[in-house]
Amino acid sequence: MADDAIRCDACPVLCYIKPGRTGSCDRYGNQDGQLVRLDPHVMLERAQSRGESLVPFLEKTREWDGTLVSDAETFVTAIGAGTTYPDYKPAPFIISSEVAGVDMVTVVTEGIFSYCGVKLKIDTDRHLGAECSTVRAQGEAVGHVTTGEYGSQMLSLGGVRHLTGGSRHEGTTTCDTLLNLCNGKSVELEIEGGAKVVVEADKPPIVDGVQEERMRVGCGSATIGMFAKQWFGKVDEVVVVDDHITGVLSEHQAGKLLGVPETGIKMKGRRSTPGRYFKVAEPGTSWGGTSISDPLSILGPFDPEVARPGLRLLMVSTTGEQFAYYELDEALRPTEKELPASLRESVIRIKENCEPALCTVLFVGGAGGSLRAGVTENPVKLTHSVRDALTRVTCGGAPVYVWPGGGITIMVDVSRMPESAFGYVPTPALVAPIEFTMKLSDYATLGGYMDHVRPLNSIERDNEGRQRVVPRSDNPWPLRSAGSEK
Amino acid sequence: MNTRAQIRMLADGRRLHLHDGPIDLVVEAFGVAAEIEAAYRAAARRFVTVLDELCRELYFLRQPTRANGPQPQGTIARRMVAAVAPFASETFITPMAAVAGAVAEEILQAMASSAVLSRAYVNNGGDIALHLSPGEKFAVGMVERPDRPSLFGTMTIHSHQPIRGIATSGWRGRSFSLGIADAATVLADTAAMADAAATIIANAVDLPGHPHIARVAACELAPDSDLGSRLVTRTVGELKLDDIHDALSAGLKVAESLRVANLIRAAALNLCSQTRITGECAALSVADSVMEGNLIHA
Repeated sequence: MADDAIRCDACPVLCYIKPGRTGSCDRYGNQDGQLVRLDPHVMLERAQSRGESLVPFLEKTREWDGTLVSDAETFVTAIGAGTTYPDYKPAPFIISSEVAGVDMVTVVTEGIFSYCGVKLKIDTDRHLGAECSTVRAQGEAVGHVTTGEYGSQMLSLGGVRHLTGGSRHEGTTTCDTLLNLCNGKSVELEIEGGAKVVVEADKPPIVDGVQEERMRVGCGSATIGMFAKQWFGKVDEVVVVDDHITGVLSEHQAGKLLGVPETGIKMKGRRSTPGRYFKVAEPGTSWGGTSISDPLSILGPFDPEVARPGLRLLMVSTTGEQFAYYELDEALRPTEKELPASLRESVIRIKENCEPALCTVLFVGGAGGSLRAGVTENPVKLTHSVRDALTRVTCGGAPVYVWPGGGITIMVDVSRMPESAFGYVPTPALVAPIEFTMKLSDYATLGGYMDHVRPLNSIERDNEGRQRVVPRSDNPWPLRSAGSEK
Repeated sequence: MNTRAQIRMLADGRRLHLHDGPIDLVVEAFGVAAEIEAAYRAAARRFVTVLDELCRELYFLRQPTRANGPQPQGTIARRMVAAVAPFASETFITPMAAVAGAVAEEILQAMASSAVLSRAYVNNGGDIALHLSPGEKFAVGMVERPDRPSLFGTMTIHSHQPIRGIATSGWRGRSFSLGIADAATVLADTAAMADAAATIIANAVDLPGHPHIARVAACELAPDSDLGSRLVTRTVGELKLDDIHDALSAGLKVAESLRVANLIRAAALNLCSQTRITGECAALSVADSVMEGNLIHA
């Protein structure tokens, strides 16, 4: 084997790649002995009307077809733009265009983020792990469980401590995990003392091998409140099983208001307020995020003073995925019966009201001083300009949330960015596209590199390596003039 | 599990995009919504192991196929060997010549056997497997050069025709070619057969020893190419019209022999904007506008 060829381990084909050549996928290549990813520089083109969208993944660069796209219709993203980091020199692309008679400029660069992470929102009621539990990928600690918020579990992955503060392997595994998540690939995470979960941006989570279908409509108590009227008269008692707050119809305020009589039901767990119970069971991945598989296990014996044979009892989880219907026998023991059609509708309605469960991946990173230095000679002025809403920040053309407080710390939903927008460097650190758009006059004021500004059509004419993609219709157009925001 | 594979809907909400290593498929099924979903789930399920299956037998699949030689394990690998077997006694060919078509076929079969679809296609970088229920048809657009997509013609494939596979080969494409065809597009009963035949026909469009054709050993470009030290085409300089006709005639002769042997149904050969056609795509129409639901054959 020739010495100068390198082996690519991006996939099991394991191509030997000669310098200046690409592997069989055309995406990874050998550049001066280094394995590099060769994604074309992405330009977003405003053509929603066409309906056709993303250009096929592997499409070769097309020759310029000679048509002139009016300036406001094309936005150059930073994907594949490269970076001038850590040099104190202008960003790779500083592009001017005219939008509704106003000269705008977009500074386009790729940021190297060694201080970055991902906030993961996993729509599930199932218990994934205790707060602060370590989250592992391929055996390495890459983050931790933060909190449960509404019907979701929140994880925090990455950050400087995992990326550069631990062992080399911890750093590269963290980087790899963040990169895969940000590029829309699925990642398997294992939570210490908890569940194994497969997550992928904008896809349902898979918890311990079971794909999550729906988010719960509310806690057990809220579910009682929502459906009490629909149950009234069709059933004597309803228990909505929930790891957080289990609801009991006859005791709940909503049941009382309707005049639902007492049933003599005895709940396990700790009563919070009437009809609302905490800790009826251990947390788990079954009924309503508890560990139980038999719902009767959370009930004590019915009170013989109050209960009567034939009493009708519905037990249902907060997502309607699990349910059981019982009637009390002569000894006041619940006996499972087929769910009557009149109740089936309410169970289906609970299910219907549960929105699809998804994983959401938010990339969080801060534009450090050297990145800002690629925009202006006086980096703090860029921060001020962003604060004053004179400069718009986007990632691959997608809108970002800029955190209040110091610096330019951004958060972006990766599923709104063009595909495979992220890269990495062996530091380890993530490479993310970032664009700053402002009025040309504002750019001059903040000390921009005015002699490096080039018109958009000079980029378009030089079409080598550019890929045009159609932006997502639900993203605001990055070049809309300032002040046109709602 | 395979965490490389990307499975997603394209932004049009209709087509499924499957990507893993060098495999890139665009899939579209037609029918009622629930059946389309079932088909896409089946496609995704089948897809996630495809690359690993192929790579397990990659060494074998890169060796020249011999008539009555050993069989590989995997179903896709078997499709590849079956597709190249008819050529093995006559010429050098490895199962890799049919890999793209065989993968497309396998995914299409996974879909068609799990759902009731009126039509479906799996497009593997231009090698396409088709499913047509009775009475259905597909309009297919053809491009002159794979690197410069512009339609030079369209054709319609009807369910009563035996054609279920389309493939294109040429030196400008992603794979190496021993010939100089800009594009040889083949219609055959299966995508794997179309793929293998397109390779053979594109190789046959050639002017051996012509000074304006630059060739280099495949292993010089890609050390692990199945073509080894065979010379593959790098550039084709200016050719005289007579030369173009000679090269196309050589390719057409091979294409016609394959058609007579019922290995292919039709072929369109392209070199320097000159086209030769054999078989059922004589129905090819250059003037037809491309219908809705078309395949852009890049």
